[in-house]
Amino acid sequence: MDAAVVLALRNVTKAFSGLKVVTDVSFDVREGQRTALIGPNGAGKTTVFNLISGAYSADRGAILLQGTDIAAKRPGERTVMGLARSFQNIRLMPHLSVVENVMVGQHARTRGMMDLLTPLWLKRNRAWRDEAESQLRAFGLGTYPNEVTANLPYGIRKKIEVVRALMSHPKVLLLDEPAAGLNTRETGDLKDFLMGVAEHGVTLLIVEHDMSLVRSLCEHTIVLNFGLKIYDGPTASVQEDPAVLEAYLGPRHNAA
Amino acid sequence: MSGYLDGMAVILALNVILAYAVFLPVATGQLNLGGAAFQAVGAYAAAYISTQYGAPLPVILAVSASVSGLIAFVLALSILRTKGVYLVLATFAFAQFVSGVIINVDALGGALGMTVPEHVGGGPIIVIAGVVLVGVMLLMQTRFGLAMRATHDDDTVAELMGIGVRRTRVAAFTLGGVLAGIAGGLYAFYFNFVEVQTFDSLSSIYLLLFVLLGGTQTVWGPLIGAAFFTIVPELFRYVVANMGGASAGQLDTSWRFIILGIITVVMMVARPEGVVTRTGLGRLLGNRRAAPREA
Ligand SMILES: Nc1ncnc2c1ncn2[C@@H]1O[C@H](COP(=O)(O)OP(=O)(O)OP(=O)(O)O)[C@@H](O)[C@H]1O
Ligand SMILES: [Mg+2]
Repeated sequence: MDAAVVLALRNVTKAFSGLKVVTDVSFDVREGQRTALIGPNGAGKTTVFNLISGAYSADRGAILLQGTDIAAKRPGERTVMGLARSFQNIRLMPHLSVVENVMVGQHARTRGMMDLLTPLWLKRNRAWRDEAESQLRAFGLGTYPNEVTANLPYGIRKKIEVVRALMSHPKVLLLDEPAAGLNTRETGDLKDFLMGVAEHGVTLLIVEHDMSLVRSLCEHTIVLNFGLKIYDGPTASVQEDPAVLEAYLGPRHNAA
Repeated sequence: MSGYLDGMAVILALNVILAYAVFLPVATGQLNLGGAAFQAVGAYAAAYISTQYGAPLPVILAVSASVSGLIAFVLALSILRTKGVYLVLATFAFAQFVSGVIINVDALGGALGMTVPEHVGGGPIIVIAGVVLVGVMLLMQTRFGLAMRATHDDDTVAELMGIGVRRTRVAAFTLGGVLAGIAGGLYAFYFNFVEVQTFDSLSSIYLLLFVLLGGTQTVWGPLIGAAFFTIVPELFRYVVANMGGASAGQLDTSWRFIILGIITVVMMVARPEGVVTRTGLGRLLGNRRAAPREA
């Protein structure tokens, strides 16, 4: 039996100054599944993420999170409802320390004025910092909690962003090229970590160019090309699909 | 002699309160070039209430702070949509508006100023400055303080994380207005006289400089900035007065501004993020902790 659909796009379209960047895209992401969203440069993958997270509003179409249309909701509301994301170009707060950045990710879970206006070192608030630090340790980032993020290497900042995204306890986690800039060993660690995240019930939707990561991590793959969905099926057979081969390698390869 | 030091301590205390009044909006990424105008609102509110009605000092002070806080709230709601240089200009325009109103309203003494019947000594002012200092430090250690700093660094991502960016900015700006109003009320009670020239745009510029040169990343920056810009000019005046002989009297004000200008430019080049930065502070504390191990 198929798992429930947790995130669905229905005929989502987005144009920038008349130029369609995402055209009539529909797909389902199933609960607990690890889904890859791939495609050549400029295919519209990041734009799809921006539409789902609310950074852009769709011109047309519905975005359903657990059956509720969130297309008109503000980005923060979508996070409260269970969406989280990382960014292709890292967007950490440069003047905040590592643990503070991660704690910003917890904001969607705060309730009421007492959470906002009591010092974070009070006993009642200790759990926030403890959680942030233990998540950082779980990702092998325990050595840096009080460093300012601006000074840290790219690969480390990339991972901190993933930890921050997890801090809202999302149902669906969108990661935009999490392995870009990581070396083979780091990518292997990332894969293990994301497997663990998925086992805790978080549904993953991942934009990634590293096909070996996609093959080893994601059972399901969606391919975009020029804003159109051209493939939606098992990762195992994506590289035999003629439309996908043509999109990546050009028509000549397909003929050969 | 103690009168002079007393006066210096009061001016320093008022400048510290004002520096934190400007720091709060700046910490959310909103430059405020109207700090002295909010102080003027507080000072004139205190002067007006104490001459017209009279009331216990704490009550007058609370009303003055509420009036400037309320004005800051209304202003924030309308101008915080603007960003960057436009916001700076909007706060500057507001300051001009306040000066214009004061000069043209007879009940506020116009250009002649107002005498203030009530008096408060230096002690309470210094205590209140201490309370403000501790209060802002505590506030910055709350999740609201974290939200302010996140908003400063990246308001789009802050919004995505569920932070009410607009609410955070309006609250910080309003709280800044309240603090400036308190500083204004205290000024009126200490000097027993208010005139509009005291709260001119140069004062607003200085307040913003305290904060920017001290550093906006940590809560210590405004304190360092206010202390530096209050004490150094006085030291300098003292030095010039003792060296220059007869002509020193004319020289000192103009030279003070020139030297201060040079110091400002040098600091901006050398430490564009302010004197106190998070990395600098961390290194300082880290070194101190590491010191015994090395010995
Ligand atoms: N805000 C915007 N304004 C105008 N055009 C945009 C905007 N955002 C994206 N685009 C355009 O939309 C197209 C798709 O961009 P997008 O970033 O979604 O691609 P992508 O699939 O993520 O590519 P990459 O693999 O290089 O990250 C590109 O042609 C891009 O120039
Ligand atoms: Mg992209």
